[in-house]
Amino acid sequence: MDGSIMRTAGWTEVCRLDDIPRQGARVVATPKHGQVAIFRTLDDTAFALEDRCPHKGGPLSQGIVHGHAVTCPLHSWVIDLGSGEAAAPDKGCARRIPVRVEDGIVLLASGAQP
Amino acid sequence: MNMISAQRQRLVVVGNGMAGMRTVENLLRLAPHRYDITVFGAEPHPNYDRIALSSVLAGEKSLDEIVINSRAWYAENDIRLISGDPVVSLDRATQTVTSAAGITLPYDRLLIATGSNPLAPPIPGLGLPGTCAFRDIADVETMIAAARTGRRVVVIGGGLLGLEAAWGLKRQGMSVALVHLMPTLLERQLDATAGTLLQRDLDRRGIAFFTNGQTEQILGTERAEGLRLADGREIPADLVVVAIGIRPNIGLARDAGLEVNRGIVVDDGLRTEDPHIHAVGECVEHRGQVFGLVAPIWEQAKVCAARLAGDESATYVTPPLSTRLKITGVDVFSAGALAAADEADEEITFQDVARGVYRKLVLRDGKMAGVVMYGDVADGGWYFQMLREGTNVAPMRDTLILGRAVAMAAAGAAAPDPAAAVAALPDTAEICGCNGVCKGTITSAITEHELTTLEAVRARTKASASCGSCSGQVEALLAHTLGSDYAEPTGEKAMCKCTSHGHDHVRREILAQTLKSIPAVMQALGWTRPEGCASCRPALNYYLLCAWPGEYQDDARSRFVNERMHANIQKDGTYSVVPRMWGGLTSAKELRAIAEVAERYDIPTVKVTGGQRIDLLGVKREQLPHVWRDLNAAGMVSGHAYGKSLRTVKTCVGSEWCRFGTQDSTAMGVALEKMTWGSWHPHKVKLAVSGCPRNCAEATIKDFGVIAVDSGWELHVGGNGGIHLRGTELLCKVATPEDVLEYCGAFLQLYREEARYLERTAPWIERVGIAHARARVVEDPEGRRALYARFLHAQSFAQKDPWAERAAGTDAGAFSTLVPAE
Ligand code: SRM
Ligand SMILES: Cc1cc2nc3c(=O)[nH]c(=O)nc-3n(C[C@H](O)[C@H](O)[C@H](O)COP(=O)(O)OP(=O)(O)OC[C@H]3O[C@@H](n4cnc5c(N)ncnc54)[C@H](O)[C@@H]3O)c2cc1C
Ligand code: SF4
Ligand code: FES
Repeated sequence: MDGSIMRTAGWTEVCRLDDIPRQGARVVATPKHGQVAIFRTLDDTAFALEDRCPHKGGPLSQGIVHGHAVTCPLHSWVIDLGSGEAAAPDKGCARRIPVRVEDGIVLLASGAQP
Repeated sequence: MNMISAQRQRLVVVGNGMAGMRTVENLLRLAPHRYDITVFGAEPHPNYDRIALSSVLAGEKSLDEIVINSRAWYAENDIRLISGDPVVSLDRATQTVTSAAGITLPYDRLLIATGSNPLAPPIPGLGLPGTCAFRDIADVETMIAAARTGRRVVVIGGGLLGLEAAWGLKRQGMSVALVHLMPTLLERQLDATAGTLLQRDLDRRGIAFFTNGQTEQILGTERAEGLRLADGREIPADLVVVAIGIRPNIGLARDAGLEVNRGIVVDDGLRTEDPHIHAVGECVEHRGQVFGLVAPIWEQAKVCAARLAGDESATYVTPPLSTRLKITGVDVFSAGALAAADEADEEITFQDVARGVYRKLVLRDGKMAGVVMYGDVADGGWYFQMLREGTNVAPMRDTLILGRAVAMAAAGAAAPDPAAAVAALPDTAEICGCNGVCKGTITSAITEHELTTLEAVRARTKASASCGSCSGQVEALLAHTLGSDYAEPTGEKAMCKCTSHGHDHVRREILAQTLKSIPAVMQALGWTRPEGCASCRPALNYYLLCAWPGEYQDDARSRFVNERMHANIQKDGTYSVVPRMWGGLTSAKELRAIAEVAERYDIPTVKVTGGQRIDLLGVKREQLPHVWRDLNAAGMVSGHAYGKSLRTVKTCVGSEWCRFGTQDSTAMGVALEKMTWGSWHPHKVKLAVSGCPRNCAEATIKDFGVIAVDSGWELHVGGNGGIHLRGTELLCKVATPEDVLEYCGAFLQLYREEARYLERTAPWIERVGIAHARARVVEDPEGRRALYARFLHAQSFAQKDPWAERAAGTDAGAFSTLVPAE
């Protein structure tokens, strides 16, 4: 499958869901959002966050994924994958990138989404 | 005091066990000054809780914890204890007893409490080294020692004792087979359905069953090597445990001419035909019945003490009995009849296959005559109480089988929750069956003596002190009586917020229940968060890797980034790469390759580490496989600077070059690193070898440090630098380099198997004590060799260079970045 064609306006195909290990992540270099971490949880949901921890910029893609959360590899902040928010008592938010999965293909928002 | 003691009578007790000493305890309460007491015990120990031997074998209690009467207790109560010296003869004419050591003592009253002996069937080979029973501390010590060196055990006997022995040995890490003569297990306590369920559950926990199995012979000439069954099947084993039953120990009484049958015949006052001699416990026979559980024995002790105190009216009646099996997580309860005896009896059964729950009630004349429960035994006490009290259950006949909550609700009472259930019990309700303690005794002890913990209640009332299965109810009573003053017990610290279990418990269960994956552990042990967290997952991954070498599939997703990426992550998200330099040695070829890699990939920093090797810092994720491929090409492999694994083996120049060197410390270091590289541990592990006591390799702050001396090698363990600097302690001295390797492998394996995740050798040794390491590694040569063999076995799977695998393409996605075209 060619991973470079555009499917729907505003969405870019990134990879197949199966290219990401369950409870893992892949890094995507995007012109729009910079380095993005795409996570695949055990229940096969995909999430995308900017690959920078709100604490000191740690690469979230390299953390341990548990449930719908990831623990940052640098100082162990726990970031909610859905909201990007750090779990209390830490405060901060990683930027979310809209992502969806269609026919096993991961699509990342390329348009002017929030 | 003195005036009274002048008139004291002499009471001699033969048998320092549970029945005898319980009688003495009761007697001291009733008539503290009546007797001068001497106790003979065949075992070299003070009185201990025999029931708890199962827990000791399963690793849940230590021997110290099961002592009931310490030596200090005997001294405080002016009791003379002669332990380790059995009484060998009784002369009724002169009223004296004589011990094996030749001590002869006169008595006014004699109490025989010699318990029973394990049944020893006439099987050829029984008695060889490597065979034992399950009766006393010596047996348990034999089994634990065997579990250290051997791998396989066969238990003969599928009754309570045999099953508990099998389970305990399973938890000791042995592979266990159980041979049982009958078609179903526990056939005297359970009906066939419950017995079959039990067998299925234990089978799932890894015990192999041979039912309908008649043992013909124990194989082996020097020591036991296995078993042959009558049908020809052979089962190899390093240990054979025989637990097929017990026989009252009546030799002394019979030789003295007292009336014996199966046991020593006693009347309702626990008196033998000789008015000066009483007997209690498993050695007696009362109205044709003999005994094997403590509940009736406590009753005997009460009556016998009253008689000895002068109360001639005290009368013994055997109470109804109930049994439980002490295997964690396997709940079995039974009391009374197992099945309808005739057509007038009614059986009601209930089975929930999915939950593994089975229940059968036997009713006779509208009353409970028997109950058999499997899987969910919470209501066992309730049924048993109705059985004992002869409650008319006819009005709730339809809902009775569904348990207390439903039956009470149907009868109009509010459905009680479990805590309220214990609150609702009358004060006379028996909570602890083993020790015959009722609810009222417990609650008044809690208020009178301001008790706040389970242990305190146990110490004061004996409730839950024996088999422990009523601990939950006692805790509920504490909570109920103290209200908000009750603090939940704090046992071993929980691993993390996902579970209430501590590390040690989880490790034991992984072995005991043969759990082989992270989800299996989480499921079996009731993790509250189904996927765990970043703190328990790496720990479980390690425990499984250590428990099942070669079998367990490492879970990269449960590893910290460094171990998953095989490099150390830096603050800017780049990585550092440290190739192995065996024993700190390098060469022109290696240095040239490192220089070329540094240039080729534009690596910003090259640094010599504190561990005698070279660090390339600032390598980008995408570059890692390329850097590794190039280093591999020059013969270098991963230095594991990133892992909870073997890091460096530092060395000094030693006798090759140094004018003080006594041995070739460099070669020793290289040999150690070749043996240990690639091994995973609870935490990082560092080694060092110095060529003389000047110790230039700083061996005395390493996990395992070696210092060469003229006559050999000193082995030091448990040191580290770090925030809490700790010097090593001397483990021992050995003669040859082969010894160094063997002791090192054994020590590391012990650490791997016993330390908690993220516990370095220093805090571990502080926790368990250097004596423990010495006992296992130095003083037990067979055990040491077994540890060493397990280490090498694990290494045969671990020594694969992770860099080479990744350079060849493994996990390629982890290193590359996706670049979609817009
Ligand atoms: C690279 C190195 C410093 C150096 O440039 O020399 C180093 C670097 C780090 N050390 Fe170290 N230690 C290094 C030698 C040491 C030594 C000296 C030695 O090994 O002889 C010690 C004291 C000896 C000891 O371990 O007992 C040492 C004691 C520590 C400790 C404290 C350990 C402890 O048990 O208390 C930590 C913290 C920890 O592990 O939790 C630590 C942790 C770290 C970490 C992993 C911190 C971190 O989590 O990022 C650093 C990783 C840097 C990296 O990415 O490479 N490092 N560290 C050394 C690598 C040695 C090697 O070749 O593998
Ligand atoms: C592993 C195990 C688990 C058990 N679990 C349970 C359970 O869960 N529930 C339950 O109710 N029961 C259980 N029992 C049974 C219970 O332990 C016994 O019923 C109880 O110990 C019997 O008490 P006793 O005093 O008659 O015998 P013992 O406790 O055996 O005491 C007899 C003592 O007399 C000594 N002795 C013998 N001959 C002489 C002599 N000539 N001179 C001096 N001393 C002598 C013996 O060495 C022994 O120490 C268990 C037993 C075992 C072995
Ligand atoms: S001493 Fe501190 S700063 Fe230096 S390498 Fe070790 S952990 Fe890092
Ligand atoms: S950078 Fe993520 S926790 Fe510090």
